[in-house]
Amino acid sequence: MNTGSHGAGADRVDTLDIPTTRAWIDAVARAVTAHRDELTELDAAIGDADHGANLQRGFAAVETAIGGLGYAPETVGQLLGKVGMTLISKVGGASGPLYGSAFRALGRQLTTPEADGHQLTLALQAGLDAVRALGGATTGDKTMVDALAPAVAAFGEAITAGGDLGAAAHAAVDAAEAGARATTPLQARKGRASYLGERSIGHQDPGATSTALIFAALAEVLQPHG
Amino acid sequence: MKKFLNTPDSYVADSLAGFAAAHPLLTVVTGDRDGDGDSDGGGGGGFVRRTTPTRAGKVALVSGGGSGHEPLHAGFVGVGMLDAVCPGEVFTSPVPGQMLAAAQAVDSGAGVVFVVKNYTGDVLNFQMAAELAVGDAGIAVETVLVDDDVAVQDSTWTAGRRGTGATLMVEKIAGALAERGAKLEAVAEMGRRVNASARSFAVALTACTTPANGKPGFLLPDDEMEVGVGIHGEPGRRREKLATAREVAELALDAILAESVFADAAATLDASGAADAAATLDTSGAADAAVTLDAAGAAGAVGAGPVEVIAMVNGLGATPLSELYILFNEVSRVLAGRGVTIARSLVGNYVTSLDMAGASFTLCRVDDEMLELWDAPVNTPALRWGL
Repeated sequence: MNTGSHGAGADRVDTLDIPTTRAWIDAVARAVTAHRDELTELDAAIGDADHGANLQRGFAAVETAIGGLGYAPETVGQLLGKVGMTLISKVGGASGPLYGSAFRALGRQLTTPEADGHQLTLALQAGLDAVRALGGATTGDKTMVDALAPAVAAFGEAITAGGDLGAAAHAAVDAAEAGARATTPLQARKGRASYLGERSIGHQDPGATSTALIFAALAEVLQPHG
Repeated sequence: MKKFLNTPDSYVADSLAGFAAAHPLLTVVTGDRDGDGDSDGGGGGGFVRRTTPTRAGKVALVSGGGSGHEPLHAGFVGVGMLDAVCPGEVFTSPVPGQMLAAAQAVDSGAGVVFVVKNYTGDVLNFQMAAELAVGDAGIAVETVLVDDDVAVQDSTWTAGRRGTGATLMVEKIAGALAERGAKLEAVAEMGRRVNASARSFAVALTACTTPANGKPGFLLPDDEMEVGVGIHGEPGRRREKLATAREVAELALDAILAESVFADAAATLDASGAADAAATLDTSGAADAAVTLDAAGAAGAVGAGPVEVIAMVNGLGATPLSELYILFNEVSRVLAGRGVTIARSLVGNYVTSLDMAGASFTLCRVDDEMLELWDAPVNTPALRWGL
């Protein structure tokens, strides 16, 4: 039953509308700013210490791009597509094209002013597929896929089980955070951390960590009390 | 952090502005090409090009990558080498829009060669740019991937060998061929051949400090060195007790010379002079199959005849030239002992990692054609000879 974003069942949120999508992206921008140093520290250990700065710069550009008075997307997908294009055109590095392609893939799926759980599940799967296709990583390579894949699966399972978007988002956060933590003992096989060989073991992957932040931001706006 | 800067955020843009002021033969193009009132990603989102338009019929070479490796890449723009480069933020790949704009600016109609160092970010962004250039802008594009760093194993379990010092050799030799009017495919093929014939290895004494991070990427005790480092301040393959210059040079050259491209010509049955790495592989004991699986594709390395090389000892940013010459002396001694002739040499800071103390070693096996192109005139801020 689609009851609108502030549905009849007091707490149930069954659709994601454009204002809530904007709020999600705002929350992501706040989160990558708040966690900038943490992401940078993680990246310094096994990469090149720029993940926090790059994402902060990217989402600041996104906020500029979607925050203007004149910008009025007609669908959730238009908004997320704009987020993706901005990340691709502003961030650089690997995270720009990867996150940018993921958001663009979400955008292509969500062609209505409001998206329900089923649409979002398909869109998130498309985002995961885009990241996998572009980066070539699979689960266990110590990349963002290790957080993204279980998060997408958990989101879909929660929706199938009758959960609302808030419940699905929280399940996705738990899965993404567990997936990010589980990257610690892994040896990196993709991206810059792979150059360290065995020395990449013992550090949590920064890309998986930022993926968990993006889902946490979604959960925050869908069900603030967690 | 102690650096000469105004603000960390303006580090790349301020440096490029100074570069433009210092080198009137080159133009730094900045601007807001996506029209959102904000400069595009990277160092102001721009590119650096020769001020003079590309001669009709000349293939253009476009490179780029994260900033912090100066003089790479902007220092290699000029007659005989690159036509344009796209600087990204420090250690961060530029974005596709920059590369597309650069390609459109310097394409004479003869096509563009992208010279791309093998890092996930650079590869992804240049790949997107190539699709845009070919699909939307109708520019013929060939990509040469540089992956010369033997500290990283080239396997399905890593992102593949990194592109480091050989980038300069690819850009110089392929750039000279383009200047002579060679066609797009031939220029790219030469670039791939240089890459397949070159290998590098680096050792660091300190980490570097990025302006955004403000502190060193890792801490290294006074009596230790980081072996097998890349050029982005990332830790290396392993940490060892600090060794003498002689031992460091031997360690690096042992790793490089173990590569089949440097296998002794006497061991190969193919004495025709034609470059064919596969022939060397079959007959030399030390053969490493990685060479034939080179990420750049089908290009064959130089592989027959006497082993002649261009030898480079390159500073990573904070190592005095005197120390680089101490290392080069050891390189010269080691190579003489292995029957390798140094045909040309280069000692200095060319592919750096901000303020990292350390050095990289690159050997590029050459034939007469490559050597002649290396010697051809070049006029760039960082390399200038034969004029």
